[in-house]
Amino acid sequence: MKTRHLIATALLMSTMLVGAAAQAKSLVYCSEGSPENFTPAMNTTGTSLDAARPVYNKLVQFTPGTTTVAPALAESYDISADGTVITFHLRKGVKFHSGVNGFTPTRDLTAEDVIFSFERQWKPEHPYAKVSAGAYDYFNDMGMPDLLVSIVKGADDLTVVMTLKEPNAPIMANLAMDFATIQSAEYADYLMKKGTPEQFDQIPVGTGSFQFVDYQKDAVIRFKAFDGWAGKPKVDDLIFAITPDATARYAKMKANECQIMIAPNPADLADMGGNADIQLLQQAGLNVGYLSMNALKAPFDKVEVRQAINMAIDKASILKEVYQGAGQAAKNPLPPTIWSYDDSTVDYAYDPAKAKEMLAAAGVTTLTTDLWWMPVQRPYNPNAKRMAEMMQADLAKVGITANLVSYEWGEYRKRLQAGEHQMGLLGWTGDNGDPDNFLFLLSCKADGTPAGQNIAKWCNKDFDAKLLEARKITDQAARSKIYAEMQAIFKKEAPWMTIAHSTVFEPVRKEVTGYKVSPLGAHEFQDVDVAQ
Amino acid sequence: MIKYLLKRAALTLPTFIALMFVTFAMIRLVPGDPIEVRRGERGISPERLAELRHAMGLDQPVWKQFLDYVWALLHGDFGTSIVSKTPITTEFFTLFPATVELTLCAMVFAIAIAVPAGVIAAAKRGSIYDQSMMGIALVGYSMPLFWWGLMLILLMSNTLHLTPVSGRVDLIKYYYPQVTGFFLIDSLLSGEKGAFLDAVRHLILPTIVLGTIPLGAIARMTRSSMLEVLEEDYVRTARAKGLSVFRVIGFHALRNALIPVVTMIGVQLSFLLAGAVLTETIFSWPGVGNWLIHSIERRDYPALQGGIMLIASLVIVLNFIMDMLYGLINPRIRHGR
Repeated sequence: MKTRHLIATALLMSTMLVGAAAQAKSLVYCSEGSPENFTPAMNTTGTSLDAARPVYNKLVQFTPGTTTVAPALAESYDISADGTVITFHLRKGVKFHSGVNGFTPTRDLTAEDVIFSFERQWKPEHPYAKVSAGAYDYFNDMGMPDLLVSIVKGADDLTVVMTLKEPNAPIMANLAMDFATIQSAEYADYLMKKGTPEQFDQIPVGTGSFQFVDYQKDAVIRFKAFDGWAGKPKVDDLIFAITPDATARYAKMKANECQIMIAPNPADLADMGGNADIQLLQQAGLNVGYLSMNALKAPFDKVEVRQAINMAIDKASILKEVYQGAGQAAKNPLPPTIWSYDDSTVDYAYDPAKAKEMLAAAGVTTLTTDLWWMPVQRPYNPNAKRMAEMMQADLAKVGITANLVSYEWGEYRKRLQAGEHQMGLLGWTGDNGDPDNFLFLLSCKADGTPAGQNIAKWCNKDFDAKLLEARKITDQAARSKIYAEMQAIFKKEAPWMTIAHSTVFEPVRKEVTGYKVSPLGAHEFQDVDVAQ
Repeated sequence: MIKYLLKRAALTLPTFIALMFVTFAMIRLVPGDPIEVRRGERGISPERLAELRHAMGLDQPVWKQFLDYVWALLHGDFGTSIVSKTPITTEFFTLFPATVELTLCAMVFAIAIAVPAGVIAAAKRGSIYDQSMMGIALVGYSMPLFWWGLMLILLMSNTLHLTPVSGRVDLIKYYYPQVTGFFLIDSLLSGEKGAFLDAVRHLILPTIVLGTIPLGAIARMTRSSMLEVLEEDYVRTARAKGLSVFRVIGFHALRNALIPVVTMIGVQLSFLLAGAVLTETIFSWPGVGNWLIHSIERRDYPALQGGIMLIASLVIVLNFIMDMLYGLINPRIRHGR
């Protein structure tokens, strides 16, 4: 009798469980590939950063769909009068995920976790610095090692004091980037004692809205909702279905096998637009595609020649042909979605006759040059080869013979940096929505030589001085004024021909609500709901 | 027989050595550096590049890198992925069951249709059946896999809603542990209702796509081999003795006709591993083919070297087994006559 009773109870419970499972709300996101690991500080690709983001939080974060920096793990922060000391006040009672990889946290988030997360990237002697052959590219690229003096615990466990060598206005935007993710120092200790520290980067434990469940390489990543400091997300399960082919992703979306997908095939956009089951979301991309002219090589050292090239190329035709209308003409090095964009800038008008005159005035009657095009499709340039061919034809009309050149992508970038080109296509997608993150591309070092990103090899003391000056000011209006002046210098000097800011498209199923396209290319699911 | 096997085993050794050299050299001949490829437009300073290249041993002279690679291989160390920092063997054997499952299903599908079709075509030589069957086989043999896969997805999944688009399992309905890595088995072990059927449904389209080429090749080979055998004296004698058509074709002719077909199946199995690269990409099938493609894109030298060596070794072993089977079927071969 007792046994029968037990069986009946078990059956009832399992029915209830099945019932609960049937009601669980799942969101499937068709991603592009497998993450390299789950520690954002070690990654630079969107695929890897997207896969780790659901698990983690940062001190400050970008409000979804914007580049506005908002409080996250730090509920507030104070900046000292001289701008060099930032005091973060952490939220109280922030829980870490429990039960992942056998780890049960015994404490909430404290300053120790914040210090751990930064020191791992900063100090080579840190016990975790070399784990997973750690290379912390973004931390270095954003200039953190040169900027940081110390990061220590403040008055209590929930206060962190970050001291900088000099005031740095973009720092808060930088800290909202993924490399500044806060991980659990306690979990790191737990794994170190267990002798498996590399699992720290493979099986993530964080404070984010979703708790890691499982990852099968090239197949799937599973997360479940976590009722943490930010509240419980609207879906119970978040599933990344790794689907490398864009056409297959769209087919899955049509079959409702996934509800949100990354990177649609440009050729499918028209069909998506007409599909009643799909909402084709779009946003002006935080990017710029440009043609750089090597100012260290004649005749591009002459400003008149650079300006003439700007006038010789028919930008409108490129927008129509290459971007298929999914982009807007660029006149500044900054995209219009970024604050301090100077809309009063007047672009060079397409005028081949005037371009020819200017070239003649600069002593250039016939010119043979090279024109480099990238071998890859990028968000800011969907078809560099076609673009280069159109430019070649336009340049021929003003007497310039342009020979098209290309290399394998890594090689291409390296040779551009070495300044081997005369004219070369490239572009940039913003990291954090700060104007500095675009204008630094044209900066030069203190010794007057071009910095690594400056493939125009153009140096202007006034421009560089203003860039440094703006970094030291925290007042946004004052910074905007300086950036407007820099955009004016840029336009006059014309080291680039700015081409376009492309539009970013993201298809989502009609059942999806609350999804916002991030101008930074991030995919976030905290506020997403699915009608079932 | 043992002498024959030893001889065959000794012959595989130079193949392995050549393989080690070719995989190492080919990957380095492809332009692009694993570090620079990952950096994209962010670029990297020469100092940092040198530092990272040093950490990965890429600053060593090429001959030294090669010797290190061979030395590690001799110790059974296939290296560690530059991208995921995971040992190559771990990555490979996590993904390999998916490829094997798909390859075997494709082969069973191909043989099950191709052999009977080839036999009937030979028995009814010159008939409409024969001509249409061989026409279809030729089309199948020359089918571009990528196009074929996408067409099937559009028709079967998006229009008729008969099969899932891609993947190995319905991610929302089923979540069971990977015990063997073969989902047909794991789904049964899970005891979840409908899981096995779900795994079968996910296999249908990739199996058809991957099986199409060997299907065409095997059908054509079976037909021509059968035609040859049917002309033989012993077949005529068997017929003269008054044996039924079924016995003549099924027992006397087919067994002998199968010798070249078995060889062909062995060769096709190796081709299938190569064909799986495309099929896996279209159907988001998490196998080694898909993984190798990504490793090429990322210039993950150790993953490519190790992955290709492991696949090539398996193909060599497969060929070796085929040779043995061939010897078993045909005694003249094992006796060196």
